Amino acid sequence: MNSRRFGFIAIIIIVLFSVVVSIGKVKQPPLLIVTSMLATTIAVATPLTLGALSGVFSERAGVVNIGIEGMMLTSAFFGWLGAIYMYHVFGFNNGISIVLGLIFAIITGGLMALLHAVLSITFKVDQIIGGTVINILAIGLTGFLNRQLFFGKNSFFGGSVPSSPGVLPTLHIPITEIFAPICSSEACLQGINAINRVFDQKPVAISAILLVFISHYILFNTRWGLRTRAVGEHPKAADTVGINVIKMRYANVIIGGMFAGLAGAYFTIESVPSFEPLLTNGRGFISLAAMIFGNWTPIGAWAAALVFGASQAMLINMQIFRDVIPPQWAFLQESYIVGLTPYILTMFILTGIIGKTTPPAADGVPYEK
Amino acid sequence: MSKNKIVLEVKGLTKQFPGVLANDNINFDLHKAEIHALLGENGAGKSTLMNLIYGLHNADKGEILVNGKTAAIESPKDSIALGIGMVHQHFMLIPVFTVAENVMLGDETVKNGSLDRTAVAARINEISKQYSLDVDPNAIVGSLPVGIQQRVEIVKTLYRNAEIVILDEPTAVLTPQEADDLFRIMRDLTARGVSIIFITHKLKEVLAVADRITVMRAGRVVDTVVPAKTDSAQLANMMVGRQVILTVPKKDRKANGEILKVENVSVRDQRDLETVHNVSFSVFGGEVFGIAGVQGNGQTELSEALTGLRTPTGGKVTIAGKDLTGKSPRIITESGLAHIPEDRQRHGLVLNYSVVDNMALCDYYHAPFSQRGVLQPDALDKNARKLIKEYDVRTPSPFVSAGNLSGGNQQKVIIARELSRDVKLVIANQPTRGLDVGSIEYIHTEIIKMRDRGVAVLLISAELDEIMALSDRIAVMYRGQIVAIVETKKTTREQLGLWMAGVHAERK
Ligand SMILES: Nc1ncnc2c1ncn2[C@@H]1O[C@H](COP(=O)(O)OP(=O)(O)O)[C@@H](O)[C@H]1O
Ligand SMILES: [Mg+2]
Repeated sequence: MNSRRFGFIAIIIIVLFSVVVSIGKVKQPPLLIVTSMLATTIAVATPLTLGALSGVFSERAGVVNIGIEGMMLTSAFFGWLGAIYMYHVFGFNNGISIVLGLIFAIITGGLMALLHAVLSITFKVDQIIGGTVINILAIGLTGFLNRQLFFGKNSFFGGSVPSSPGVLPTLHIPITEIFAPICSSEACLQGINAINRVFDQKPVAISAILLVFISHYILFNTRWGLRTRAVGEHPKAADTVGINVIKMRYANVIIGGMFAGLAGAYFTIESVPSFEPLLTNGRGFISLAAMIFGNWTPIGAWAAALVFGASQAMLINMQIFRDVIPPQWAFLQESYIVGLTPYILTMFILTGIIGKTTPPAADGVPYEK
Repeated sequence: MSKNKIVLEVKGLTKQFPGVLANDNINFDLHKAEIHALLGENGAGKSTLMNLIYGLHNADKGEILVNGKTAAIESPKDSIALGIGMVHQHFMLIPVFTVAENVMLGDETVKNGSLDRTAVAARINEISKQYSLDVDPNAIVGSLPVGIQQRVEIVKTLYRNAEIVILDEPTAVLTPQEADDLFRIMRDLTARGVSIIFITHKLKEVLAVADRITVMRAGRVVDTVVPAKTDSAQLANMMVGRQVILTVPKKDRKANGEILKVENVSVRDQRDLETVHNVSFSVFGGEVFGIAGVQGNGQTELSEALTGLRTPTGGKVTIAGKDLTGKSPRIITESGLAHIPEDRQRHGLVLNYSVVDNMALCDYYHAPFSQRGVLQPDALDKNARKLIKEYDVRTPSPFVSAGNLSGGNQQKVIIARELSRDVKLVIANQPTRGLDVGSIEYIHTEIIKMRDRGVAVLLISAELDEIMALSDRIAVMYRGQIVAIVETKKTTREQLGLWMAGVHAERK
């Protein structure tokens, strides 16, 4: 991804933040506003980041994946269900139940991706149709099971949703503890505290950031990455040097599915311990936009996901400052105004105004010898 | 080590594809350090045989022996391990990767879990030096000229320590100078003990470089001969299975009035790059005017501009005295143009229409094919049957869709439709690309017939032999400009090749 596009992203984020700071500075110091917004941005961007990584792995290997939304939704459901099940039926304690739920979510994502792989790689079904199948299946399956297990007269949990074992805890990364002794001035100390507040995140959010850099490294600096990209660019060429195209594609689609599974876990295991039908609410598709905006690179996709996260963060902070918003800015409280940002951005991307994006050459093309 | 040691032997290899017996009981052998040419028309089964040896396909019957031992080759992995390397007809390179990445792919050097690009680059430089194959390991492959890309392919095989190298139609994409360079590289390789299978359908090359020649036809081996004991005519015979005329005889030119006049024409391609700059020339009735040049030097855009498929950004195109700059294809066609387009499947035919309909694409809207806006099936049918007979189109019936015909017969449908009309100008772009010797002979004859009838012919071709055989005058296009216009009699292959490569000895 080129620097021009990173610049564009930085400008949008700065504009969004400045609006909130200029409104809220009468109530809170700017530094505090910025740090809390950054923290929200990172948290909200987590499922988008993971969803985009899911797409990057799948599409870099040559399989178009529009089923990320469905994979996230299914994983969110089964992760949550798994945690409840472990807690109530098997009697594990909270912590273990939650961790097992997380694992269930990741496995569910992998299995949904396996289905997509079978359809698109082995049976060469049109990949857009395959992805649509995943999305529809996800809505049907989670909606149906949700009703059957929790809300029916004779349902398994007897007509009410049992209390869930809870959510993952916030991790405290000891930035202050390590760096505070080095500080000599008050300003330095404040800065360190601010940074610390930004990175006091939950485990999935933290791992999403780590996974961005790990994925980037894998894709561009390792044997696995080279082969993955080769298979997505020119599978026949990969075949002629002895690379098993089918295996590489399967593996990457499934890895992608596991990323989507982790994104699903963000909703029900990390964020809020409950499930409602359609809870992913289009975030899988926004992830795809982030992936395209990021030109199919992990770091680029992350940057794009942060823009979408920042627009959400702005929305949330506007709620905090609603009593001090000047009347001429009142429209910013309307959720649909700020909520439009991701979609407007997506349209910008598609017009090519901020530079062209180039998908892998064999993206979406089944491999035939 | 005796020179005649057999390094590769194929016995009774058979491969059936749906509907075609692509390889029928093939026997073939390769000596140590020889260049063994495999000659045959398109579809003869040469690539199939090589794909079997390389493990991309698996044979139905037969065996492959490497260095005297039966080899179980199931995938390219096996053949690579046995020291076989292949440069495919369509390059197997990843355009967005660097040379080093392409070369190491599948056989990566890894240090601490990450790709060791430096070590690979060093190894490539070593190979480059040893075989004088100059390549930059850090260049992005997509930005390299085809000649260099081919070197990358060869380096790729040597990087894997190949001792048997298969080159599938390597010269199809090269300029004559690049081809000569390739032949030098091939000799360098054999001097170092590498054995080469060299596939082509160009007779001249075979006679120039091969130690032995095996000719294939319709899935079978016809014979294996040595160059000293054969000639072009005999090889052509063996390829086609009958007598062929390699150079169509033509009478002296009787040029008359100027038909096509191109003045300062410039054209931009779809990426908005100017690929034709300020081109001017004229074509007269009764002559063939050839435009030579390596593919991708603006010929496509020029011919599109002349035939109305693309609007020129500047200049003037006049046909028979009428200014037709930027007019629609229909208006230009009605002014007397016959167009044999470069991409016969996309611009020449509607593949899922029948032969009958394809034969009338230029004038279906006129009587007798159309009366008061309604098509007349009888008239269309009669027209098609007449043309099929006259132009010897081999089709099971006139109602077969054009997509089901072979390449040569598809081209004949276009030729029949275009040349049977009353035209003043023929623009033929790559009219014989991908066709076999028999069809080429036929199309060349038809082009000369048009010329002798007084029609002006503009022939665009990347095949220098074709240009030289048919043209009365030749223009050379390089980077969107005409760098020379000469009479065919007053120039040589070598001179044209230099112009095609951008070496401007003199400018006209
Ligand atoms: N993968 C394939 N599937 C089906 N038919 C094929 C395939 N590859 C080649 N053929 C057919 O086999 C015949 C021989 O083709 P090929 O070996 O490519 O010829 P050549 O390389 O001599 O031009 C042709 O009729 C071609 O259509
Ligand atoms: Mg071939």
